[in-house]
Amino acid sequence: MPDGILGNPGNLVEPDQVHKACYTDDDIFEQELDKIFHKSWIYIGHETQVPKVGDYWTTWVGRERMILCRGEDGVHVLYNRCPHRGAMLCQGLNGNAGKTFRCPYHAWTYNLDGSLFRIPVEEGYDGTAFDPKDPRFSMKPAEQMGIYRGFVFAKLSEGGPDLDTWLGRGARAAFDDICNRSPEGEVEIVQNCFRVIQHSNWKIFLENQLDALHPSITHHSTGEAAAEMQKVYKQRTGEDPPIGYQFLADFTLPYEKWDSLSTYGHPYGHTVLGGYMGLRPRDPITVSHEEALTKAYGAERMDEILSTNVHHVLVYPCLSVQPPLQQLRAVRPLAADKTLTEIWHFRLKGAPEGIYERSLAYYYHVNSPSTMVNADDLQNFNACHEGLRLGGGGDWVSFHRNAGQDPVENGVTTSVTGMSEQPMRNMFAAWKEYMSAGS
Amino acid sequence: MARDKKDKKAKKPKAKAKNHRANRRANGLDTQRAVEQFLYNQAEILDERRWDDWLGLFTKDGKYWMPPREDQETGEGMPNIFYEDLFLMDMRVRRVEHPYAHSQKPKNKMSHVIGNVVIESEDRKTGDVVARSKFHVVEFRNDNQRYFAGKYRHHLKKTKDGYKIRLQRVDIVSAEGPFDYVLQYWL
Ligand code: FES
Ligand SMILES: [Fe+2]
Repeated sequence: MPDGILGNPGNLVEPDQVHKACYTDDDIFEQELDKIFHKSWIYIGHETQVPKVGDYWTTWVGRERMILCRGEDGVHVLYNRCPHRGAMLCQGLNGNAGKTFRCPYHAWTYNLDGSLFRIPVEEGYDGTAFDPKDPRFSMKPAEQMGIYRGFVFAKLSEGGPDLDTWLGRGARAAFDDICNRSPEGEVEIVQNCFRVIQHSNWKIFLENQLDALHPSITHHSTGEAAAEMQKVYKQRTGEDPPIGYQFLADFTLPYEKWDSLSTYGHPYGHTVLGGYMGLRPRDPITVSHEEALTKAYGAERMDEILSTNVHHVLVYPCLSVQPPLQQLRAVRPLAADKTLTEIWHFRLKGAPEGIYERSLAYYYHVNSPSTMVNADDLQNFNACHEGLRLGGGGDWVSFHRNAGQDPVENGVTTSVTGMSEQPMRNMFAAWKEYMSAGS
Repeated sequence: MARDKKDKKAKKPKAKAKNHRANRRANGLDTQRAVEQFLYNQAEILDERRWDDWLGLFTKDGKYWMPPREDQETGEGMPNIFYEDLFLMDMRVRRVEHPYAHSQKPKNKMSHVIGNVVIESEDRKTGDVVARSKFHVVEFRNDNQRYFAGKYRHHLKKTKDGYKIRLQRVDIVSAEGPFDYVLQYWL
């Protein structure tokens, strides 16, 4: 490792390569939590996740455990910690707290906005410095909370750009694209969170989401199995196979096809991969979706909405969104070599049921715990992480593909080819900025 | 089969009630034994990765279903951990055996233990059975051992070739917990 490199993590990142310590070093990981995950907006959940007063879900922001809940006055994001002696207030994944959060240890209770409601035998505090109005005796809300089209974000520090500015048009496009596909302009989350643990660094996952070089290699077996089954299905039933097979058979596309995609690098590390799924066939479901959107918005706007073909949007550092399929994966780094993903999908309000079924099929085949796709991805992520841990084989990770060729326009970097490693370079440029700030 | 015929004949005589009772008890034990043997056989097929035999265990419209919650009543139109017909199972087999299935190098191995087999119901006319049982599975892959446990509920159709699975519901106790890596095939 270069001398003093950990003192200034910016030195770990060069324009076309990064040092392996970015992925494997425990001290770098702790700095990432402080400087990236506690200093940027982090996705918490969707408003419809907590439809009723008292509903809550728990999640992670950096090393903090947070609660998303609904009070009479809307949603709140609170630290999951009792101000009395520090017990975690909500132990499970989700539930309904009723009118108050009640600590299981000594029964201090809190309103759904976190403010202290009642303490048993309160006389004990007479004549002490305890003050029920003092915020330090209430559950602490996240320093900042923001909502964009129903998607709730929180930031565990003061200052910096507001959510809209920080998302910018690159990341806002992810949520606009999902919501616009609904004739009502809104989505509703499906109350099911698949949680999958990856034994690898969180950045390896994000890099993979926009890696158009890997699918035909990593997913070769799944692509061929699906393409074979499409034929078998047709032969045996005389009918067209369900769309799920096509999601997987797409992995057999040749390199040229992947290379024809585009990637876009936006400020703050948000990165977009232009789509390839060809989700606008002339089947009855798509046609009825077109009709519903035309009725709501007119033919021209419908066409504009459905021609938006984005495969992945990365909201750096916390989220991978697939808008045309209405799903997202939130990234919760638990250790340098351990990453939790929280995987959700959405219903488009007012859209035909078949559109939901398409989303559900993708959720099953690509994102469920029985996925034949991530089976090989996660294996590769782990192989990368284990390789990067090694000492003697080399110190650097190469992002040289099409390096130095990325055109920049209005602060947005594009790529000359779909398989360019521009997305990785873009994310690391943001990483370097976050990690160098205030050091 | 032979016993089926005997049952029908046994219905004719007048001393019906008495015989009937005895037959039912005998049938109960035979069904218990037959279902247990079926479940042991299924477990062995999976442990030995005999995929053709696995696909042969199901009826043409048979399904393997692992819901994400115990209170979920259908697999249709809902998120599932597994919900597969013969076509999807066939695809999974093709992938697992594909030379470029990276996560099958090395292959995973499983060991099943099945117990607490309870016959919930047996259709007198068809011989179809609903049975529940418990399983413990150890899976070994890449120097790593994982444990799974849970409950099976088999809807079995009686055919001339023995039982076939119409629906196998699998509730793992850890269904709502985080998955450490994924499940490459069925438990
Ligand atoms: S720790 Fe919560 S009431 Fe005491
Ligand atoms: Fe992949």
